[in-house]
Amino acid sequence: MFMQAFLDIFDIYLLEAVINGILLGGVLALLALGLNLIFGVIDVTWICYAELVMIGMYAMYFMVQVYGLSYFVAAPFTILLVAVLGAALHYLVIAPLLTAPPINQLLATGGVLFVLQSFATVAFGIDFRNLGIRLPVLAFGDMNFSYARLLSFLAALVGMVAVYLFMTRTFTGTAIRAISQDRQIMALMGVDTRRIYLITSAIGGGLAGLAACLLVLQYDVHPFVGLSFGPITFLICVLGGLGNFIGGFIAAFVFAEIISLGGLFSDLEWGYVLAFAFFIVMMFIRPAGLFARRR
Amino acid sequence: MIGQGRLAAWGIGLAALVALPFLYRDPYHLHILVLILIWSFAYTSWSMMGRFGLVSLGHGGFMGIGAYVTALLWNHLGLSPWIGIPISMAAAGVLALIVGYPCFRFRITGHYFVLVTLALSGIVLQVITATRDYTGGSLGYTPNRASGNKLLALQFDDKTTWYLIALGVWLFGIVVWHWVDRSMARYALEAISEDEDAAAAAGVDVTAEKLKITLLSALMTALAGAIYCQYQMFITPDTVSGIAVSLQMVFAAIVGGLFVSLGPTFGAIITILLAETLRIGFGTKAVGWDNLVYGVLLVLFIIFLPKGILGSLLDRLKPQPKVPRAHEQEAVQIARPGA
Repeated sequence: MFMQAFLDIFDIYLLEAVINGILLGGVLALLALGLNLIFGVIDVTWICYAELVMIGMYAMYFMVQVYGLSYFVAAPFTILLVAVLGAALHYLVIAPLLTAPPINQLLATGGVLFVLQSFATVAFGIDFRNLGIRLPVLAFGDMNFSYARLLSFLAALVGMVAVYLFMTRTFTGTAIRAISQDRQIMALMGVDTRRIYLITSAIGGGLAGLAACLLVLQYDVHPFVGLSFGPITFLICVLGGLGNFIGGFIAAFVFAEIISLGGLFSDLEWGYVLAFAFFIVMMFIRPAGLFARRR
Repeated sequence: MIGQGRLAAWGIGLAALVALPFLYRDPYHLHILVLILIWSFAYTSWSMMGRFGLVSLGHGGFMGIGAYVTALLWNHLGLSPWIGIPISMAAAGVLALIVGYPCFRFRITGHYFVLVTLALSGIVLQVITATRDYTGGSLGYTPNRASGNKLLALQFDDKTTWYLIALGVWLFGIVVWHWVDRSMARYALEAISEDEDAAAAAGVDVTAEKLKITLLSALMTALAGAIYCQYQMFITPDTVSGIAVSLQMVFAAIVGGLFVSLGPTFGAIITILLAETLRIGFGTKAVGWDNLVYGVLLVLFIIFLPKGILGSLLDRLKPQPKVPRAHEQEAVQIARPGA
């Protein structure tokens, strides 16, 4: 009798953790999509990607909390701001290094990571801040889901579909996909690669901005918030195969489930430890990513 | 290789460094010097790998293991650091082999190698935080004060002793750097960093050579972590492990110059003096400014001066006609799987 009751509760928790994992996976997939886009098209890894999200979260905080804008008015401005930041990052840092070895570009964006983090520290201080919006908790049977997570999951899906449509239905999108297939030929075909790179960087930034709008609903903002989901985003992209959109999408959910379920059985940190360990093991089984074709 | 003149210069410089704490006893300045020497040793350890294109962001992990294993063994088992430090170094070495072997065997290079090692330092940081019952988590950890023999516990109160220890360790790092520089392994590793396939075809055991230098680098980095812990008597996950520490190593090594033996030391001098100057000049207002300056400098250096300050200065001083190797044009050259 007691045992039966215990099992019932346990299963509910398990199911709740699984669903929360899926909801977390949506935002991670959005982040991974942005990074993968940059990598696939420009062949650069933005180590500072999560810090762009952090800046976006601060922008949301200031517009909503300090200037009293409505959340839905502030969100487009934030997306625009981070998109401009992404384009500026490309123009100022990546463009001069395009012909340099890839590792220099990676390390230069590592420098930008320092700059953004300490800029936030200097400008906003190290206090934890939040929007002060408390969204209701959704009760479904005996399970509780945060409304914020559900909303972010849906918004992330919408964002990803929008990018997909842009990439397949517009001329610019087609040019972007073509460039990721062959960098040299497209320049000969009369496509202005510099313009395409800038647009791609802006889209990547815009996705970071959208992720910022969603994450700010669930997490407090502080200058080092990027470190809590930045590394995991890189691992997702590598596991899915850098530049592989579908792989990144699936890997995001795999990771989210590991973190969520690991956190269920122990502390959240152990969930992360498990995810990292899983990543290292996978690298040895499939060095070029989960879905790479065997050469 | 080292000429008479250079040997004499090294001798005089060393004698001056050894004599320094006996002539000049300002504790604050000695403290800064000790920190510079310890971090120089850590940065030198990183650049042992880095100069051959093996860019690791996992060294924060090795340093954290060195520091925490030594302190945990001392506090919980009462094991003297004289035994604890070799154990912690061995632990870091084993970890380096576990991660390094499959990486090199399956030729995980470039972005992928950087990100695998990034995961490594992430794991170490999270494990330290998660086992907070033993390690104190993110609040930090303090080795117990020795009640008996100070030498046995490797705890000293005066700065002069620590200065001499740090100087010895730093000198050891420089000697190892020169030893590698003059060994056959250096040529093998340079060949590998230029073109792995060609090197393998020429009879270089690519996996073994990479593994050897990784092991050496990890052991030295763990030693740096342990010495840092013994000197500061307080460690937190953020100061000795994690991605920030790894990036800090990369940054200092690049600013100083990767390809010259004193480059990382030069990088440590610049970064620590910069941080201290800002801290003293602006007090608590300076929080964050040092990293802001680091970040801007790092970006500028990679774009305009990829050989680092000391590397470029030395080039300027002796304009002998030397064919520049391709990999020295790059801040850090990455091993490519074939051209």
